[in-house]
Order: sequence, then structure tokens, then C-alpha cells
Amino acid sequence: MSLFDKKALEEQKRNLDEWEKKVAGMPERRESFSTISSAEMQRLATPQDLADFDYEKDLGNPGEYPFTRGVHPTMYRGKVWTMRQFAGFGTPEDTNKRYHFLLANGQTGLSVAFHYPTLMGYDSDSERSRGEVGKCGVAVDSLRDMEVIFNGIPLDRVSTSMTINPPASILLAMYLVVAEKQGVSWDKVTGTTQNDILKEYIAQKSWIYPPRPSMRLITDMIEFCSKHVPKWNTISISGYHIREAGSTAVQELAFTLADGIGYVQACVDRGMNIDDFAGRLSFFFNSHNDFFEEIAKFRAARRMWARIMRERFGAKNPRSCMLRFHTQTAGCSLTAPQPYNNVVRTAVQALAAVLGGTQSLHTNSLDETLALPTEDSVRIALRTQQILEEESGVANTIDPLGGSYFIEALTNRMEREAFDYIKRIDDMGGIIPAIERGFPQKEISDAAFRYQRQLEKHEKEVVGVTKYNAESRLDIPTLYISDETERNQKASLAEVKNKRDPEKVRQHIETLEKVAAGYENTMPYIVDAVRDYVTLQEICDAFRRVFGEYRDPAYI
Amino acid sequence: MSTRRIRVLVAKPGLDGHDRGAKVVARALRDAGFEVIYTGLHQTPEMIVNTAIQEDVDVVGLSMMSGAHRFLLPKVTELLRQKGAGDIIVLGGGIIPDSDIPMLKEAGAAALFPPGTDTGDIVTFIREACEKKFEAAGV
Repeated sequence: MSLFDKKALEEQKRNLDEWEKKVAGMPERRESFSTISSAEMQRLATPQDLADFDYEKDLGNPGEYPFTRGVHPTMYRGKVWTMRQFAGFGTPEDTNKRYHFLLANGQTGLSVAFHYPTLMGYDSDSERSRGEVGKCGVAVDSLRDMEVIFNGIPLDRVSTSMTINPPASILLAMYLVVAEKQGVSWDKVTGTTQNDILKEYIAQKSWIYPPRPSMRLITDMIEFCSKHVPKWNTISISGYHIREAGSTAVQELAFTLADGIGYVQACVDRGMNIDDFAGRLSFFFNSHNDFFEEIAKFRAARRMWARIMRERFGAKNPRSCMLRFHTQTAGCSLTAPQPYNNVVRTAVQALAAVLGGTQSLHTNSLDETLALPTEDSVRIALRTQQILEEESGVANTIDPLGGSYFIEALTNRMEREAFDYIKRIDDMGGIIPAIERGFPQKEISDAAFRYQRQLEKHEKEVVGVTKYNAESRLDIPTLYISDETERNQKASLAEVKNKRDPEKVRQHIETLEKVAAGYENTMPYIVDAVRDYVTLQEICDAFRRVFGEYRDPAYI
Repeated sequence: MSTRRIRVLVAKPGLDGHDRGAKVVARALRDAGFEVIYTGLHQTPEMIVNTAIQEDVDVVGLSMMSGAHRFLLPKVTELLRQKGAGDIIVLGGGIIPDSDIPMLKEAGAAALFPPGTDTGDIVTFIREACEKKFEAAGV
């Protein structure tokens, strides 16, 4: 039922038409006003934009379908968002120290950044890992490294998010064994594995195997966790990297939810009951510069997912319809010149995430466009969130922008445009065929190129780079990962390999290959293998021999 | 002025998959009239050098975001020299701390382009560097 009386709307329309006639002749600064995603913005939103707006159907109360106003009935009045800074560098020892520092400073959850070799399924002693060890994340080769990273951190009290994709099941297996050794049972372990391979093909491009076997490994893990690790968020369906690769806000929204549909369909096709696993799916979005567009995106995402789950998949449990998400501020918005400006950008983006109802948040540090962050800059980033929580008052009232003509109209519009994309993907046969023909990839690189051109023509500006850039580059201290890290990590790995039973290792690898070639769930065998210190690459290589490797289609 | 069409290899060495910059630059160079070859992701220095020689390029642009540039760029220039292709101009771009720039230039990088670079500046640099090179070679 519309919130507005029909007669009152007509009256307001007449009034508005008069006003528009008056304003039409007034000069404005630009011919048109658009978001960073090139979405044209209207001058003014009024009840006319929400003529059919139905409070119960379009918004609902917080914690109720379709969850537009938030997934929890009390939102931040009950519990503030989790402050979760993504961190990891150097050796496991270096990272363990940083985690203790973050927890001592009031951070409430951990988030592991792995170095490239781990992300891509190589050990630190591989030729492919030369120059990469410990550089943009922490090196993990075997269970030994996970034991060191979480030394002194009680896994029943801290939740951990792991940004890991093709080898996600291996890292989760290691984490579960570390918990076991701490005496924490698996049903008490909480956290998230990113485990979202579809967005790797689309945007971030840390892949190992082709799409179909990759989907099998993911469904194996979802199935395993639904039985044995019930509080684990098995997958974090990510728009973050899609946006960083240059997509628009609507593309981020559409491709992320299309990926989500892909995973749900894969599990349903395996015969799983939707309500047994859907509640453990989580999401991860970017919060970029355009404040209102971002807030509307988060709200639209929640409503769209609720509708998809109920209408498309027939979910019965309300929890299955809840889109819970983590947010990271936009790394690609940070500038190397005048780096202190990044603190301000990040604060605005963080505010958008909070007003959009995020469940957890990473705020970027001012120096992250130069290197991994120093302790001092991480502290400012964390303090930014704490200022929002403690001082700004934005956590007092739930969804404070709900009902704004502009925000609601923009939320509706983004939902409509994103569903148009999802329809096109459905028409291609779903997200996997769409990826195989390069559709989302092409849409994103077109948008990235368009934005670069807009910057160069000064249709869009970046403060301190394309405009107000007179000051010279400001040198700030940055974190430096020395080449010694590589030597130290290789030495620890050699020690692990020396100490284990080679016959057991051989048997595990043989078993893993056999299981991969068959239909059994791979997860229990991976857990057994990591327990005996079979390394990440040894497991990935076994799968590579069975599944093959994915190659970049390499179009420009 | 030389009439030879400038050939550029845009390459992604190492394990990092951030190809937004590489693709944007590749398109801009193509729009500027260069012949552009893109390697795709996850290339070893050996793969890049072999492609550069096979494709007879004038310029190799390396896009690096993972911090492995201190190993990757010197390895590419070393292999090019070993294979008698030391005249190929090597450029770098991506997340590279200022403190590493002297080391990379010493290793043979003709220029390094940080985030925020106008693609027009890269085009101009390549055009001027190639003109000098072609003149010197009498092409």
C-alpha cells in the first residue's frame, strides 16, 4: 500500500511543476551531475519518486524481510559493527605480532592477508614465488605457519576472516587443526573464508583450477561446514574486487549477486536443502567515494538478496534471506600524492558503510597505495571507526536515512538496474557461461577505461592528483619487507619438510588425487593431510594434476 | 621522423592478478596508434622475454602491484640482455615505493610510472624514447 494519499500527491505534483518551471532557467555549475559510476543524478527527489512506495513490502522493519533497513532488529544499538582490519605481512612471526597489536588497540576481529604464493597455491620455496614471499601478505606454507600466526590468540573468542580463494579449503583445514590443538571444538570456531572463485575469474584473478572443478571444491566445503563447523561463514561473496577492478556501483551489485546465485544453484543442484546452508553465506562490498550511491547500493543489496532467496530459490528460513556483509573502503580511491588526504576519503567511505548497515568494516590506511601499512597509519584507520562509533552518534538510530526521498529512489533505481544485468546473465545460461564468454570482465574493463578517460579530460577530478596538485609529493614513512623474509621463510619450510614422515606425505598426496578424481567430499582428506604437515603447494599440485589449470584469456 | 609503427608489450609478471592498470594502459597505447600485445596474467620473466623477442617489440611495460618488482624487473632486463635484446626499452608501473626507484633504474628501467599517471604522459615518453632509438639505429 502506498504511503502517500493520491490527492496529496497530485497537489504536490502541481506545486513541483511550478517550481521546476522557475528553476529551469537558473544556471547551474554543470550541464549534468553524475556519480563516480557515471550515473546521472536528479536535481531533487520528492514524493513523486516514491508514488508506489510500500513500507512493508519495500522496507520492512529492521531484522524483518526484505531487510532493507538492516539484518538485525536492534542493529548497532545491540552490537556495533565488527572492526576488522585486514592484515598480514612477512613471516608468520611478524603477523602474529601485528595481530596482538591490533587486538590490544581495540580491534574486535582478525582478517588474514596471505602473500601471493599462498593465494596462488605455491610454497615459499617454489621458483614461482621468487620475490613475492611475505610481500603483500603473510607467508603460509604448512600447518606450522598457522600455528605461529595464531599463537596466543584464543580461537573460541576471536573470529577470523581469511582472504583466500582457490586454496580456501586447505587454509580452513589448517585453522581447524590449530583450534583443535588449542582445545577449541569445531562447533565453537567462528569466522569466514572468502572462498569466492567466481569473482576471481571476473576481477581479482587469483585462480588455480578451471571454473567447474573450483565450484566442486567450494560446494565440498559448504557441505562439510554445514555438518561440522556450523558457525563458519563458508563463503564471502565479494563485490569488493569487482569494484577495485574498475566496475560501476551497479555492476558491483549485479555481478556479486549473480555470483551468489551461482553458488546457491550449485549447492541446490547437489541436492542440498537451501535452508541448511544459505544462512552461512556472507557478502563483501566496497565502499567508494560517492556517498549516497554507496549507501543506496548496500540497502539495495539486502533487499535484492532477500527477494532472490525467497522468490527464486524458495527459502523458508528468514536467516537464509539475510544479506550480511563486510565492507572495505575503496583501496583504488587512495592517492600516492598528498597521502594524508586519504584519511578523509576513508572516513567518508566508512561513514557510508555504517549508514548502509555493514556488519564489519575495514578502513584503509593512508599509506596503502604506497606499501602495506605501518602501525601508526593502521592506528589512525582503526581510530576512524572508533570515532564514528563513539563520537558521531550515527550508531544511535537504525537506518537513519531510510525514508529519504532521494535515498529510497536511488535504492529502487540501483535494484532495477542490477536486476537488468542479472536478467542478461540468466539469458546467457548463468554466471559461469557469462564468465566463460568474458561478459562481466568486459563490462568492468570498459567502465575502468571510461573513468580513466573522464579523469584525463577533467570530467571527473581526484583532489591532489588531477586538481589541486601543486604541492610536491610528500614523503611518509612506509613499511618495508626485506628480502630476508624470503630466506627465513624458506628455512622454516625446509625444517618442516625435514621433520615429517615422507611416507605419510606420499600416501596423503596419492589419496587426495584419488578423491579429487572421484565424487567424494575432498574436505576431510585435506584436514588429514594438513595435520601431517603436507604443504599447501603439495595439496594444490595434487589437484592441479587432476583438475588442470585455468589460463588468462588475456583480452584487452 | 620514423614511419615505423611502435610495438609495445604490456606484461604482468609474477603472481599478482591486478590487471586494471595494465589493461587501461594497453588500451590507451593502442588508441595512440601503437601496436600493443598484452601477455595476460601470471607470467614468469622468461615467458615475458620470449614473447618480447618473438614479437619484435620496441618497448616492454611491466605492471607490478605485489611488491615483487625488486626481483621481477631486474630479472627481465637481465634476460633481455643475455638474449641480445638489451635495446628493448623497459618501463615499469604500479605500486612501487620511491625508495626502490633508484635500484630499478640501475637495473635498466627507462622510466617508472606511479599510480595516478596520465596515460598521455606514458604515450609521450614512449614516442620520444622510440624516436631516439630508431634514429640511432637508422630505421
